[in-house]
Amino acid sequence: MSATVSIPTILRTHTGGEKQVKAEGSTLQEVITDLEANHPGIKDRLVTDGALHRFVNVYVNDEDVRFAGGLDAQVPDGGTVTILPAVAGGAR
Amino acid sequence: MARYESLIHALGDTPLVGLPSFSPAPHVRLWAKLEDRNPTGSIKDRPALRMIEQAEADGRLTPGCTILEPTSGNTGISLAMAAKLKGYEIVCVMPENTSAERRQLLEMYGASIIFSPAAGGSNQAVATAKEIAAQHPDWVMLYQYGNPGNALAHYEGTGPEILRDMPTITHFVAGLGTTGTLVGTGRYLREHKPDCQIIAAEPRYGELVYGLRNIAEGFVPELYDPDVLTGRYSVGAYDALRRTRQLVEQEGIFAGISSGAILHAALGQAEKAAGGGDEADIVMVVCDGGWKYLSTGAYTGTLEEAAEALEGQLWA
Repeated sequence: MSATVSIPTILRTHTGGEKQVKAEGSTLQEVITDLEANHPGIKDRLVTDGALHRFVNVYVNDEDVRFAGGLDAQVPDGGTVTILPAVAGGAR
Repeated sequence: MARYESLIHALGDTPLVGLPSFSPAPHVRLWAKLEDRNPTGSIKDRPALRMIEQAEADGRLTPGCTILEPTSGNTGISLAMAAKLKGYEIVCVMPENTSAERRQLLEMYGASIIFSPAAGGSNQAVATAKEIAAQHPDWVMLYQYGNPGNALAHYEGTGPEILRDMPTITHFVAGLGTTGTLVGTGRYLREHKPDCQIIAAEPRYGELVYGLRNIAEGFVPELYDPDVLTGRYSVGAYDALRRTRQLVEQEGIFAGISSGAILHAALGQAEKAAGGGDEADIVMVVCDGGWKYLSTGAYTGTLEEAAEALEGQLWA
């Protein structure tokens, strides 16, 4: 199961500057494990005490994983995984 | 009765209109609550006025006070209008990469603006505003990201109006920013209809906006209560623009770009519902009209050109 993972600017030090990388896994947990194997150090930036870091948002096929099973969220073959830091966002 | 004491009183009770052309199946219907039909043209009139009234009741706001707020647009415009009518000064802190119309409107209403850097978007505006608040203890920062009055405005206004007009509601879809609309309206709706889906459409911006120096600079609004939501979807500029244009082309509704993002998420829910057999009434929010976004190129040229023009901007 292969997914395309979008890496935010602040984590690209782990991917040699790449903004998109491939990862294998059928759950988010597996994808993160595969990311860590290829890009050491990235896991600690994403996961704290067995859960996603408070200020990190992850979307599988544009759905926030916290509403789709968290680290157990299913990642379909060919799916997208988007990692973004939590920001106050736009025009309020 | 459509007569009111002044503009501030003509708040809320906005129309709920059907979107028949977007219905994917006869048993699935979409509806838009037109929040541009508010005193300054956006849903933010609700939380802005509620926060001011609460502060007045608490004695925090007295004649001649200065209001301070991190806001890149609608909330600042709402607060500035109310401040003008009620006799307060107002200072808005906003990122430098927001549309020209916002700045013009704020200045027209008499607000002073302090610009924060584009990188890091509203996180930086919030941080800057907090610093300024510390330096000016006599200024009153209402703080839309954490002020319970924000969510309460929707719990007491938006939610009840929706349930009154659409008792068969199955889904509520709105934008996620301060989280006030979703948390306030969502709480009300789920209290009265526990099975109602509460769906967040979160704008996904270009890289610049996420250009934090480290994860610790991240920010989650104090109002956010994820337990109220049942789903949260990220929507990029291209999809938001595509839907915003469809909204005016198919239904004649000229809305801001966040409304396009919301429609995109609502249509996703509509597709799911169409596959099932149950009736669905999906209510989405139109936050504001498209006027403030004309200069962004959102409504002209190709979608690709328009999406690219929005790349560095806080378009919602």
